[in-house]
Amino acid sequence: MARYAKGDRVLVRRAFPPGHIRTPWYIRGKSGVIERICGEFGNPEELAYGRDGTPKQSLYRVRFRQNEVWDDYAESPSDTIDVEIFEHWLEPGA
Amino acid sequence: MRGAHDLGGLPAGTVDMAEHEHGFWEKRIDGIRLLLADKERQLITVDEMRRGIEALGKEAYDKLNYYERWTASVTGVMLEKGVITADELGRKMAEIEERDKARFEDG
Amino acid sequence: MSEHTHDHGHDHGHPHPNQPDIDSEPMGYYQVMGSALGELLIEKGVITADELRAAIETVDSRTPEGGAKVVAKAWTDPYYKSRLLENGTAAVDELGIDMPATHLVVVENTETVHNVIVCTLCSCYPRMLLGLPPDWYKAHAYRSRVVREPRAVLKEFGTEFPDDVEIRVHDSTADMRYLVLPRRPEGTEGMSEEELVGVVSRDSMIGVTLPKVS
Repeated sequence: MARYAKGDRVLVRRAFPPGHIRTPWYIRGKSGVIERICGEFGNPEELAYGRDGTPKQSLYRVRFRQNEVWDDYAESPSDTIDVEIFEHWLEPGA
Repeated sequence: MRGAHDLGGLPAGTVDMAEHEHGFWEKRIDGIRLLLADKERQLITVDEMRRGIEALGKEAYDKLNYYERWTASVTGVMLEKGVITADELGRKMAEIEERDKARFEDG
Repeated sequence: MSEHTHDHGHDHGHPHPNQPDIDSEPMGYYQVMGSALGELLIEKGVITADELRAAIETVDSRTPEGGAKVVAKAWTDPYYKSRLLENGTAAVDELGIDMPATHLVVVENTETVHNVIVCTLCSCYPRMLLGLPPDWYKAHAYRSRVVREPRAVLKEFGTEFPDDVEIRVHDSTADMRYLVLPRRPEGTEGMSEEELVGVVSRDSMIGVTLPKVS
C-alpha cells in the first residue's frame, strides 16, 4: 500500500549512510512532487549484499524544480528533474 | 562520505563524444555477467555488481575504465561467494600471463 | 582491443563480428582477470563455452534499431503512441522487445517539454532498445553535469532550446528505464514507417539531439 499519491509534496530525507544507496547525494534534503507511483520493488540497499530485498517497497518518480535543487541553478526557471526514489527515503513535504 | 560513483552535480569538463569499438574482452565480461545473473544460475545481481564497483574506492573508480570496473566487481563477488577461490584465480591469471607473453616471444 | 576503427556514427549501429582476442599489445591486468574468470567458470561447469559465445552474440546483436522502430511506429500510429506512453514495457513487448527485470517509461518531447536521460550513479540505459550505451553516457562529465547544467551539456551536442521550453532531466536511479520519444521532424510527412526508422537516431532517444532528416 503506497504511502504517497501522485501530486503529493514530499521531502527527501537528509541522511548520509554508507552502503549501496540509490538516492543520489544531490537530491537529499530536497523537496519535490510525486509524479507517479512506479510500483513495488526489492530494496537495492539489501539486494546489494545478496539478501532478498523484501519487504518490497513503493518506488516513486519525484519531480523537482531545478532551481530548488541547485542554489546556483543558472539555466531556465522552467527546468525540472525527475528522480526515482524509494518510499523509505521520503517524508511528507510542507 | 559521498561515494565515488555518486557524480550528479560535481564539477567536470566537457563531454568527450569519441566512441570506441567494444573489444572482445569487454563483450566477454558482459556475457559472463549476463550468464551469472540469469535465472538458472542467479549467482550475481545487478545490485551486487554495482555495490562491488562502488566498493572499489575513488582511485580505482577514476582510473579504471568501465569494463575494468565490471571485471573487478564480478570477480570480487565470485570470490565472496566461493564460486572461485583466490588461489585458483591467482594461478589461472599467472598461467594466462605466461601464455600471453609467449605469444609475443614467438612472434 | 579491436584493430579496426571507423567513424560511422552509431546512430543505428550494426552488429560487429566477434573479434578474436588477438591484440597487438600484451593483455592488461583486467583483461587477464576477465579471461581467468571465464576459463575458471567454464572449467567448473558454471557456464559453458557455447553459452558464453551465445551471450556475447546477444550483447552484440542489440542495436538502437529496436528503439527506432518503436518511435517510428508511435509517429505513425496514434493508438500505439498512446499505449506506449501509458505502459512502455507492454507496448514494446508488442514489437517483440522484452524487458526482463526493468520497466520502461517512454517520455514524450513536446513543444513545451524536452526530455534528457542520464544515470548519474552508474549507466542504467534501455539496452534492450538501444544496445550498448555510448562511452560518453557512462563517463564522468555527462553524469556529473547534465543534471546540474543540462542546457550547457545539450549545447555541446549542438542542441538548444529557448528558456520557456522546460528541459526535464530523468535520472535512472532504480528499476525504471527511459526512452525519449522525439518529436517527428518536419519534412517527414510523406515517409513510410520503415523510412522513418532511418530518421530516428540513438542520441535523439537519449535526448541529447533531435532527429534530423538528412
